[in-house]
Amino acid sequence: MKSLKELEEIRNRTLDSVGLRKDRSSGARVVVGMGTCGIASGARSILLSFMEEARVRNITDMTVVQTGCIGACRLEPMAEVFMPGSEKVTYVNLTTEKVRRIISEHVVNSKIVDEYTIGAAVGDAAEQGGN
Amino acid sequence: MEDISLFVLDLVQNSIAAEATKVIIEIIECKQNKRLSLTIQDDGKGMDEHLVSKVTDPFYTTRTTRKVGLGLPMAKASVQGCGGSFAISSRKGEGTKVTMIFKTNHFDCPPLGSMDQTLAALISTNINVDFVYKHSTQKGTLDFDTRVIKSELRGVRIDVFEVIEWIRSYIKDGINEIDGGIIS
Repeated sequence: MKSLKELEEIRNRTLDSVGLRKDRSSGARVVVGMGTCGIASGARSILLSFMEEARVRNITDMTVVQTGCIGACRLEPMAEVFMPGSEKVTYVNLTTEKVRRIISEHVVNSKIVDEYTIGAAVGDAAEQGGN
Repeated sequence: MEDISLFVLDLVQNSIAAEATKVIIEIIECKQNKRLSLTIQDDGKGMDEHLVSKVTDPFYTTRTTRKVGLGLPMAKASVQGCGGSFAISSRKGEGTKVTMIFKTNHFDCPPLGSMDQTLAALISTNINVDFVYKHSTQKGTLDFDTRVIKSELRGVRIDVFEVIEWIRSYIKDGINEIDGGIIS
């Protein structure tokens, strides 16, 4: 059973760490679609795996927030990634594996994972004669 | 929705949209009577009678971007599809309460699912909302309150990833300890 003592330790560690997450505007901002469509398609595990990956990699300046329906329910789960000073990138049909790659390539190394973006998904559908 | 915890995640979005500052989620499992009752109560802006009567209609929504809203209608259909009951009551300016009673021995009754994940997702993305989670079985009660956690954290944000992971496992352990979500 988890104890409040552990929480106290986490608190002290967090206060000691330089990041402090006070100025998180300097880092990536991830917005996960959590409308009914998103939730039904698995957005909860996507939201949690963004946070889990960040925790494991000790990325403290990233924020993960939610929004309602993004407007393309058939492409859920979706997430928008905002890197400071860059245009937003919308990722679609997410899985926890894709989240891992997005964190390591896009959030850490600023390299967009093109094949997971909405542009790639919609482009593919068009090539196949729409959906 | 695959399980009850996903309905909770979805329905609480309505509370958030109604500007709730406190959401109480209560689950009571009674293995003898084969019932699981779920209550979601918020202190949001509430609805008048007319609006309450319309919210379980899939072709009603407060949203302006489209003409359907499926959260409440789907929850209602799911619980009624397994012989259970659904009720919503609200008062303008006071808040809204949704009650769902599932018949756990019904073939179509959805499993409880991961309440720990639902609460972790809700708490991390709504840091200014207080969440109370009560879960009782014959074996005991789990009582969780983000206000206790926040006072424990004294200034450290509740959405620090490590804190969220602690909360998730705390709730998961708590539910396991009381044999929560185990039907039969």
